[in-house]
Amino acid sequence: MRALPVGNDALLVEVSSGEEAQALHAELLRRRAEGALSVREIVPAARTVLLDGLADPVRLAAELAAGEVPPTPPRAREVVELPVRYDGPDLTDVAAHWGVDEQEVARIHAGTEFRVAFCGFAPGFGYLTGLPQRYDVPRRATPRTAVPAGAVALAGPYTGVYPRSSPGGWQLIGTTDTGLWDPARVPAALLSPGTRVHFVQVGPVRQTGAAGPAVAE
Amino acid sequence: MTDRALAVVRAGALTTVQDLGRPGHAHLGVPRSGALDAPAALLVNRLAGNPPEAAVLETTLNGCALRPRSAVTVAVGGAPCPVTVGGRPAAWGAPVRVPAGALLDVGAAFSGVRSYVAVSGGIAVEPVLGSRSTDLLSGLGPPPLTDDAVLPLGHPVGPHARVDVAPQPAPPAELVLHVTLGPRDDWFTPAAVRTFTSRTYRVSAASNRIGLRTEGPALERALPGELPSEGVVLGAVQVPPDGRPVVFLADHPTTGGYPVIAVVGASDLPAAAQAVPGTPVRFVAVRRR
Repeated sequence: MRALPVGNDALLVEVSSGEEAQALHAELLRRRAEGALSVREIVPAARTVLLDGLADPVRLAAELAAGEVPPTPPRAREVVELPVRYDGPDLTDVAAHWGVDEQEVARIHAGTEFRVAFCGFAPGFGYLTGLPQRYDVPRRATPRTAVPAGAVALAGPYTGVYPRSSPGGWQLIGTTDTGLWDPARVPAALLSPGTRVHFVQVGPVRQTGAAGPAVAE
Repeated sequence: MTDRALAVVRAGALTTVQDLGRPGHAHLGVPRSGALDAPAALLVNRLAGNPPEAAVLETTLNGCALRPRSAVTVAVGGAPCPVTVGGRPAAWGAPVRVPAGALLDVGAAFSGVRSYVAVSGGIAVEPVLGSRSTDLLSGLGPPPLTDDAVLPLGHPVGPHARVDVAPQPAPPAELVLHVTLGPRDDWFTPAAVRTFTSRTYRVSAASNRIGLRTEGPALERALPGELPSEGVVLGAVQVPPDGRPVVFLADHPTTGGYPVIAVVGASDLPAAAQAVPGTPVRFVAVRRR
């Protein structure tokens, strides 16, 4: 674990794995809830946790260096179930990467318990981990200019759900009708770091929509 | 509709509603947003008799024109510009009375980029996550002003300030940004770090509320590739593949994968908001407090 100073009142804590980042994030949230940590933002990411607006960054850096902030397993939280139609335009490509058929992609994906490792890219967009490493897939060579809201997508080790229509380069495998982001709702984001997620298959598994260019570019 | 409203006669190049922003949601991917030149926004609110958290208008280069449906007190500050009420010259940087139905024209900036317009009672659009700020990265908050739009106003809470003219810093002829190095300065060659802290850059015309882009010598990397996405702070100086530093402003993304070579101190960011394209920029390394 390494605590890098960022400006005058922030620390970027770097750890060696995504699991460790999630455990450190859980411990930092616990400390803040107890009143033992004064900080404006706690932003987990792939292998770091950023603490911004710290009252005493020097002291916290020393505590982290001395191993006085032991990462703790995250508390078991309620599972959010997201009904999903496995009908994405990249379903066949993902099946080919995985070396299985489309039905099996849906079975494996819906049979996995995911956890929101961190959020970013857009409000309410969670980076979900849980799939074994052998199911990592590359981004699309050419990003789409518009990915529809509710698209369930894969890239690298992550699954994500587009909270609203936006450009995107992830592989689209399905669609959910559940609203991921609603600023008028409390909480606005259905998925926040630490949330556990199950995708529940609804409807038949079949690729729909344009899979991309018909000829190789 | 109530007469506590403001009709937009001329929206200008880019005029947005801004307040203190919505910090505290970065872990959900929500930018902080808020007025780029925060001291100017706070000052015009004080002049107009508003609390610090009241929403104001932030213009870009060529101002805007507004017609209140009831008499209001306004104050214009930030980038200096001509102000007229009903065609007659009025004060910049001081409380100004605008009668019901009169035209308030906030002209093109003489210098600087962003003028701020406070209206007594504040702009009362519906808040999103506790803020009325327009966030141009993620689209939260009200859209930028358009001609013929009507903005609701809140009720005044206090008398306007009793001052003739409030002093405000002039927009910078040269932008000096004090930085603390890191967290990823080790991703650059020692020569690149020296270049960064000794050479002069210029403000790029591609700058916006998300970042102040620069033109100048490219910074050579010691390590290739991208970092796994990590949290970034306001004032972070990110270096994309073209090697030209970008200073993150209020609408910056909450995470990023390009290395952050340094962080600009918060007290220098208001000047960055007022630096017109072409302004020389120097990054001066300082020790961490």
